[in-house]
Amino acid sequence: MSAILEINGVTAGYGAAPVLQDVSISVPTGTICAVLGANGAGKTTLLRTLSGLLKPTAGQVVFDGQDLREVKVEHLIRLGLAHVPEGRGVVTELTVDENLRLGGLWRKDRADARRALDEVYQLFEPLQRRRSSAGHQLSGGERQMLALGRALVARPKVLLLDEPSLGLAPRVTAQIMALLRQLRDDTGLTVLLVEQNVRSALSVADEGVVMSLGRVVVSTSAEQLRGDDELRHAYLGF
Amino acid sequence: MDKLLSLTFIGLSRGAVYSAFALALVLIWRAARIVNFAQGAMAVATAYAAYSVTKATDSYWLGFVAALVGGLVLGALVERGVMRFVDHSAPLNNVIVALGVVLVITAIVGMIYGNQFLPFEGPFDQRPLMVGGTGLLSPYDLFVLGTVLLIVVLLALLFTRTPVGLRMRASAFAPEVSRLLGVNVAGMLTLGWALAAAVGAVGGMLVIPTELGLHPHAMDLVFVSAFTAAVVGGLDSPVGAVIGGIFVGLVLTYSTGYIASDITPVAILVLLLVVLLVRPGGLFSTTAARHV
Ligand SMILES: Nc1ncnc2c1ncn2[C@@H]1O[C@H](COP(=O)(O)OP(=O)(O)OP(=O)(O)O)[C@@H](O)[C@H]1O
Ligand SMILES: [Mg+2]
Repeated sequence: MSAILEINGVTAGYGAAPVLQDVSISVPTGTICAVLGANGAGKTTLLRTLSGLLKPTAGQVVFDGQDLREVKVEHLIRLGLAHVPEGRGVVTELTVDENLRLGGLWRKDRADARRALDEVYQLFEPLQRRRSSAGHQLSGGERQMLALGRALVARPKVLLLDEPSLGLAPRVTAQIMALLRQLRDDTGLTVLLVEQNVRSALSVADEGVVMSLGRVVVSTSAEQLRGDDELRHAYLGF
Repeated sequence: MDKLLSLTFIGLSRGAVYSAFALALVLIWRAARIVNFAQGAMAVATAYAAYSVTKATDSYWLGFVAALVGGLVLGALVERGVMRFVDHSAPLNNVIVALGVVLVITAIVGMIYGNQFLPFEGPFDQRPLMVGGTGLLSPYDLFVLGTVLLIVVLLALLFTRTPVGLRMRASAFAPEVSRLLGVNVAGMLTLGWALAAAVGAVGGMLVIPTELGLHPHAMDLVFVSAFTAAVVGGLDSPVGAVIGGIFVGLVLTYSTGYIASDITPVAILVLLLVVLLVRPGGLFSTTAARHV
């Protein structure tokens, strides 16, 4: 199994002191990789570095055989890398439909972009009903569906998700996790899933990475993390 | 009564120009959170371009096209060449740099064309048509109203009905998210400046023939009026800018008509002061929606 996303010794940060230090993660194609860790561990910083919003000061990120240091942020989606940012990134001033269309504007294949849009509406019934509502009128769960759906319109190969369960009811979180599993199984989607909600994330993940203070401290199979009490106690606190 | 009616029509036509100019300010404000204090000078520069083209070709309309294209180019140039490099963390930086652009443009057109008033004619008769003994709109006023209406409709269609309009709005509201979705945010910003400057250029083409003529400072008072209009409208709202423009046009026309004919500059400044004191956020501001 080859790795579609290779993070090799990445160091990155916002100012003088780096936040991420020598982070290496390898994400095999068609798997869900959970990135866990306490507040401030550097999970969001990791995703921002992957999508080029932050430039690494050392190390490299290879996506699908391409060194991402040479790729502009706005071109990543064209390569198949979609990033749903923390706080979901719904453009609240635009309507649901405009948000979704925005996700597919770059696509040359207009017919398939429309098809992908329809699929998202079928996948998320509530969005269909709220088609012309402004983003700021949506509930938290609806916003999450919108952000996720908007990423899916691009038919990405890899999805970077930053805390999709934030503020959602357990039932909605479970639905989202089930959807990720289904996408992985049906379409071979690869997901890098940043989560505080460890149980939910591990319930669908294949791989698990634990970060602490900007470093990777554990990198193993999700099964191992689920089963090994000591490991869980030490790093995840339950 | 006749006087009121005829002043109202004059005010509408005058206000329509302010609306266009205020709309240009709002475009840049929405795209970049900058009040483009150089807009008057930029419109003057494009009017000089129109003057030269019209003089060379003897066609008002070719001059008009030159102003329009010149506006697009100048707007893009000012954004790419100057505003992009300004540190936006302090809003005052933008203002100071924009004023610098004003000085440069004013100096350059002054060097090329001199500082005297040049004759600048409109394409239609400016004498009001008489309806039942009252002078109402002139053919030129109708041209102004029609042009501004066309601009408003075209911009509304562009922003709400086209992919590029969607990209421009998304870039303004959420630049980072837009980049992640594949939008060329920097390009949209340049386009926003180009469009705004083109709209401003048309505003200049419409208003200068109704004044003393073309001059490096021909748009100074128009700029202040349009700025007032944009502030009345909340800076953020295109609809507000149009209504604000009409409002300012009417207020200024009534005050020149009923108080004193040379009161315009004072009236503009008083109006601006009152608006800034009473409603600094503007009357049509939709900033509430932005901070959700
Ligand atoms: N814009 C920023 N400027 C400076 N420092 C930042 C910035 N964003 C985050 N940091 C710092 O980087 C560290 C890692 O933050 P990051 O947001 O990556 O954590 P996280 O693991 O996503 O946390 P959470 O679970 O709370 O979202 C923190 O110490 C934080 O203070
Ligand atoms: Mg985070």
